[in-house]
Amino acid sequence: MMIGEERILAKNLIQEIFRISSKEINLMEFCGGHTVAILKQGIRQLLPGHVHLLSGPGCPVCVTATGDIDNIIQLSGYRDVITATFGDLIRVPGSKSSLQKSRAEGNDIRVVYSALEALDIARQNPGKRVVMVGIGFETTAPTVAASVLQAEREGIKNYLVHSLHKLTPPVMKALLDSGDVKLDGIICPGHVSTVIGARPYEFIPQNYGIACAITGFEPLDILEGIHMLVRQIESGTPTVEIAYRRAVRPEGNLKALDLMNKVFTVGSAWWRGIGEVPGSGLKLREEYRAFDAATVFQLTPQDAAEPAGCLCGEILRAVKTPLDCPLFRKKCNPEQPVGPCMVSAEGACSAYYLYGESDG
Amino acid sequence: MCLAIPVKVKSIHGEEAEVESGGTSYKASIALVPEVKEGDYVLLHAGYAISIIDQQEAEETLRLLREIRVI
Repeated sequence: MMIGEERILAKNLIQEIFRISSKEINLMEFCGGHTVAILKQGIRQLLPGHVHLLSGPGCPVCVTATGDIDNIIQLSGYRDVITATFGDLIRVPGSKSSLQKSRAEGNDIRVVYSALEALDIARQNPGKRVVMVGIGFETTAPTVAASVLQAEREGIKNYLVHSLHKLTPPVMKALLDSGDVKLDGIICPGHVSTVIGARPYEFIPQNYGIACAITGFEPLDILEGIHMLVRQIESGTPTVEIAYRRAVRPEGNLKALDLMNKVFTVGSAWWRGIGEVPGSGLKLREEYRAFDAATVFQLTPQDAAEPAGCLCGEILRAVKTPLDCPLFRKKCNPEQPVGPCMVSAEGACSAYYLYGESDG
Repeated sequence: MCLAIPVKVKSIHGEEAEVESGGTSYKASIALVPEVKEGDYVLLHAGYAISIIDQQEAEETLRLLREIRVI
């Protein structure tokens, strides 16, 4: 809900978008947080009919591959292991079970808000091995890196991380190279960009001629981002602009990048619906292998089938919307989700379910 | 997942800070923003401050938005 001056500024921005926008364009909001904000605030309905907003793959829970979920479920079954995970992952179905079911079977699985909590659990349970499941993009990876460095400093030897962290620019490149979806502009993720800055997106306008705007999550932020994209597209001058200057510096957060690069190195990662993307994941460096659950428990990424009939993979690539899925609102709903896009609070299916089903 | 909320830094103790949002105080790590000062607003994500909010930039953004007038 916008109030006072914010409402006037938003109205002016919308009128300006209508004034300068002349052609059919596809904009992708990469981040699930943006999808939720856009649907919740009804922003699609405020835009010209020929400006289409597509939801992208920026939901860490959603893009975690079924094979990786299966590995975590297996890990949670070891008697001396406490599995610590961020919220929604616990409800994502694997190919045979879920972490929630594993917990019901008596395995010790804790939902944490921060890697610091997992570190506390390790301190309090010296006889157990505590595995923090590291999911998330560049926003979250530095926090998990910092927790590993803290464990090293404090000599906490029963703290491990299973890194399934993923990187934003490499998967954007994979999407663009696939040619599956024609994009004119990308609404780049605001909080990922507080860490990586604006420069890692520069290949997108340069090599693909696609406009980029980094923006925040308030209605005015999103409208300003869309205004920037329409302006770039209409003038034929794609570039990377920041509509979230109060939080994002062009160079990013150098300290966060430094800690992330100290602990992690770039490797391959599996993405639901997209497959294996080289250079799109973060693995613990050789020096930190004692903290690396993948090394200690010999977890290897594996391919696994998607749930039958689930279109989550296609939805993450923006080639389908939740409305195209025959399971949506029927067999698949927030109470009994079939796929992760309905499980996660920022999954496209969950957002469509909660905030209406208009296709823009 | 990438959700981050703005909070005010009340006091700093080494790598830890007491932060406040909507009248509630809690602890946060400032390991990723070591240059932060008491009184600053930061974005808090998964227990860590990840970015210091630049008040001048916030005001500049508002100023630029005010320049967009209905024609």
